[in-house]
Amino acid sequence: MSQAFRLPVGGRIRRDEPLEFTFNGRTLSGFAGDTLASALLANGCRVVGRSFKYHRPRGIMAAGAEEPNAIVQVGRGQHAEPNLKATQVELQAGLEARSVRGWPSVNFDLGRINDRLGGVLAAGFYYKTFMSSAGSWHRSERFIRRAAGLGWAPTGSDPDRYESRNAHCDVLVVGAGPAGLSAARSAALAGARVLLVDDQPELGGALLACRDTIDRMPAKDWLAAQAAFLEAQPRVRVLRRCTAFGYHDHNFLSLVQHDLTDHAVVQRLWRVRAKQVVLAQGAFERSLVFPNNDLPGVMLASAVSTYIRRYAVRPGCQLVVFTNNDSGYQAAIDWLEAGGQVEAIVDCRDDVRGDLPRTAQSMGARILTGTVVAGARGRSGLRSVEVAPAAGSGVARQKLQCDVLAMSGGWNPAVHLHSQSGGRNQWQPEPACFTPGNPVQAAVSAGACNGVFGLRECLAQGHQAGQEAARRWGFEPAFDEASEAPAMQSGALMPLWRVPEMRGRLAASKQFIDYQNDTTLSDLRLALREGFEHIEHIKRYTALGFGTDQGKMGNINGMALVAEGLGKTIPEVGTTTFRPPFTPVRFGACAGGDVGDLYEPVRKTPLHEWQVENGAPFEVVGQWLRAHYYPHEGEDLETAVCRECLATRASVGIMDASTLGKIDVSGPDAETFLERLYTHDIARMSVGRCAYGVMLGEDGMVMDDGVMARLGPERFYVTTTTGGAANVLSWMELWLQTEWPDLQVRLTSLTETWSTIALAGPNSRQVLRAMGCDVDLEPEAFPFMTTRTARLENEPVRLFRISFSGELAYEINVRSDRADFMWRRAMAAGAAFGITPYGTETMHVLRAEKGFIIVGQDTDGSVTPVDLGMNWMMSKSKDYIGRRSLARPDCVRPGRKQWVGFRSLDDRTVVREGSQLVQGDTLEPPVPLLGHVSSSYFSACLGYPIALGLLNDGKRRHGEELLAVDAGGGRTRVRVVAPVFYDPEGERQHA
Amino acid sequence: MLLIECPWCGPRDESEFAYGGEADISRPIDPDALSDAEWADYLFMRSNRKGENREIWNHQHGCRRWFVVERDTVSYAIRATFPMDGEGRSP
Repeated sequence: MSQAFRLPVGGRIRRDEPLEFTFNGRTLSGFAGDTLASALLANGCRVVGRSFKYHRPRGIMAAGAEEPNAIVQVGRGQHAEPNLKATQVELQAGLEARSVRGWPSVNFDLGRINDRLGGVLAAGFYYKTFMSSAGSWHRSERFIRRAAGLGWAPTGSDPDRYESRNAHCDVLVVGAGPAGLSAARSAALAGARVLLVDDQPELGGALLACRDTIDRMPAKDWLAAQAAFLEAQPRVRVLRRCTAFGYHDHNFLSLVQHDLTDHAVVQRLWRVRAKQVVLAQGAFERSLVFPNNDLPGVMLASAVSTYIRRYAVRPGCQLVVFTNNDSGYQAAIDWLEAGGQVEAIVDCRDDVRGDLPRTAQSMGARILTGTVVAGARGRSGLRSVEVAPAAGSGVARQKLQCDVLAMSGGWNPAVHLHSQSGGRNQWQPEPACFTPGNPVQAAVSAGACNGVFGLRECLAQGHQAGQEAARRWGFEPAFDEASEAPAMQSGALMPLWRVPEMRGRLAASKQFIDYQNDTTLSDLRLALREGFEHIEHIKRYTALGFGTDQGKMGNINGMALVAEGLGKTIPEVGTTTFRPPFTPVRFGACAGGDVGDLYEPVRKTPLHEWQVENGAPFEVVGQWLRAHYYPHEGEDLETAVCRECLATRASVGIMDASTLGKIDVSGPDAETFLERLYTHDIARMSVGRCAYGVMLGEDGMVMDDGVMARLGPERFYVTTTTGGAANVLSWMELWLQTEWPDLQVRLTSLTETWSTIALAGPNSRQVLRAMGCDVDLEPEAFPFMTTRTARLENEPVRLFRISFSGELAYEINVRSDRADFMWRRAMAAGAAFGITPYGTETMHVLRAEKGFIIVGQDTDGSVTPVDLGMNWMMSKSKDYIGRRSLARPDCVRPGRKQWVGFRSLDDRTVVREGSQLVQGDTLEPPVPLLGHVSSSYFSACLGYPIALGLLNDGKRRHGEELLAVDAGGGRTRVRVVAPVFYDPEGERQHA
Repeated sequence: MLLIECPWCGPRDESEFAYGGEADISRPIDPDALSDAEWADYLFMRSNRKGENREIWNHQHGCRRWFVVERDTVSYAIRATFPMDGEGRSP
């Protein structure tokens, strides 16, 4: 199809760069510089979509972010992007676009039947129809979603690349229209670092379709000069195709930039901290509310001008303008200049006397004053309008043939960012719009978004705003003058929220307020009749302003009509909340590069390489990768773990424990400090002694545990759980800095400085000997729970004789850069004893056989050390964090959950972790839950499954039989036993 | 995102900091002297005022110092920040 509606000359399109694209499978052509919308209009595509609920044919109405109808799916496969506005899609060669609705086709949609059922589908339809009987929504949802949905999201992961950047500036200017350009220039001349952002591919905003002169030159020449000036400034950065979509606290704004020039990165998120912000985003034209105001061909007047002047597209032949203010006349002037025919300008005002009406009249346009469009007619597109007196008698006077109706109901300043920043808005009776109230952050609004619509005034206000922003940040404004445009006379706007009620067929026709959601005037009236009064409730009941356009076109009309219905003023009704994002933002842009492997840091121990070489699957613990187990050929997790457990208890096992948190606590007050944080008596620890320590929150609940060693009178080596290392260090710092600044203590994290190799099993001593250990390892010389510095393989190490398995065991702490060497030597030295590497799973089984807890698995922040039976390690002679809470009524009440063991009665079933414990066999509700299983394994050494958990009054229930019920409904009969299954006397670890 | 003036490092993004709750809550010298109600008051009860509040924050991804922030919980404006024992600093 040729571009039948393209004007032979003019516009800002690049005619030497023709582009082919497809829309709903048809190949069409356009030019570089087109949007998808302008190219569709150039090709005469009047129907571009179907409406949400009634499946009415819809055409392009606007030229920017306020477009409600032209919602398209762009691209294919995993690159597809749903729900874009055709007015915001830059035309590219090979672009594939489809309407998001319309079956079997957008021109013939069977769903149109809904239009006839309008009375049934009114506001509240879903609530009334589907919420009344249980299950009906679930039965119908699939069909309704298919009929009413928007585009289709790709199901795989997004193959596009995104990135994010941080930026700082003295003055951020949002919008590069006349006000924004003036502001950026005056702020730059004052010496400020300026960031100027605009969502279009070229700067200029409204100037891109402007026929006026600035500084005695055509606006487009002035624009080119400004753009060149700003580009040349070293302290000015200009971002095109960049939308400021969020204004957050303390002048922090988020922007999203589409980067079509660099396909390596499709979108970039900018996080900007601005010292001052100039808001100059312009205004959105308001639609007018009249019967059938959604027919394809009904457009915003400013959009008509934009398509003609910027894109050289005149979207029809015969035009009628319907306006309540002077700006609507611009469309008629541009239409006539583009060789079109203007049937009439319908103006609801009686008194019309501005410069634009005068120009239109002098060009031969007929003006019908005191008149309104009483309704539009046509089937799949506009054919005619009927006009009637504004002071309504309810009878249409005249029918006007036309294929385009340009409507202007006045302007809504884009107060979105001002509102997001926390600012309120004020209603201005003249020219009937909300404008930004006092800024609450370091911001100023200028130009049309501040309710100033004349070009001359926008230039002046932008200039002043730029100077003011620079001055407030301490820059001396330069002596430059604001650019000037000729003064224009314009008449006052007459608010027109709806046209008088008509008799006859038009009375039954729909009058749309929110086009995207098919919210009509009668929906609003129904909501009011049903008692809704608050605008936020009415919004949710009628879906007013809920679409991807967020009501940019229709919201204020809706609020004014609600005010009329309630007999209130518009400011009394107020607006709904403006929330980020201003326009939809891809999740990909928010995530940036932090996806996949880069989503979060991965920590690997210095022994990682050996573990990879030996085929260990890894488990993520905190951010660490830990070897889960070491399967031999043909082994699964279960068989490998059984083998590792048996080998360790029979001879010797070796594991990488490097991920344990390690903190050096030093200083004259180190002992005093630790006394206050741990429950046991620190003072009793002589140099060289180790002790198991438990740390409580001030609420008395177990927070972390680990072994600490006293290395000197003023020096301790404290270990923490793998996941708790950072928290424990922060916790220590908190108390030192805020509560006890008088204590002289230094804290140093050594987690990554030292690596830890655990040797466990009766032959571990032999392995150390074979490694050439230079200290006496006999039990009397190096007893359980002590530490020694030593040399192994001629390397300095620190040995701890501690055990998390219940066996004779040592932990070798070695400098991380020698860890791999030491591990390989230990493997060599242990070969004679069948040394067996084991992973976290075997570690868990071995500790469970001994009844040792894992903080965070067996505890959940509601467990005291008393509940865990740890009374033996709670000092009675000192205060420590959390101690007083242990005497609170809830901590001493009988029946608290206590730490116990469980045996499956059949001695075969491994109870699922998380199972709830109940009494009796019937599960008739209510079923009292008595406790839960937190750890459960098959014990190869014992030959039967073991489990641990917390049970109400558990200590006194040993021997009782209970039922363990898991989330899948599985039931296992268990007997409550003591929580130590293996070597309860602890003889082995003392060997 | 708040811009917080660390008394040691200067203005930094909120994402570098950790919030520590209400300031000026001292641990009782002798917890045993307190009734259960008094201890619970220390442990759980916070004033949670609408408006001006004194809070402690930690520059966790910076100097790791705790300090006091005077912040309005309605406007989110930060009036001043202080070292734990020092003079205020206005942003």
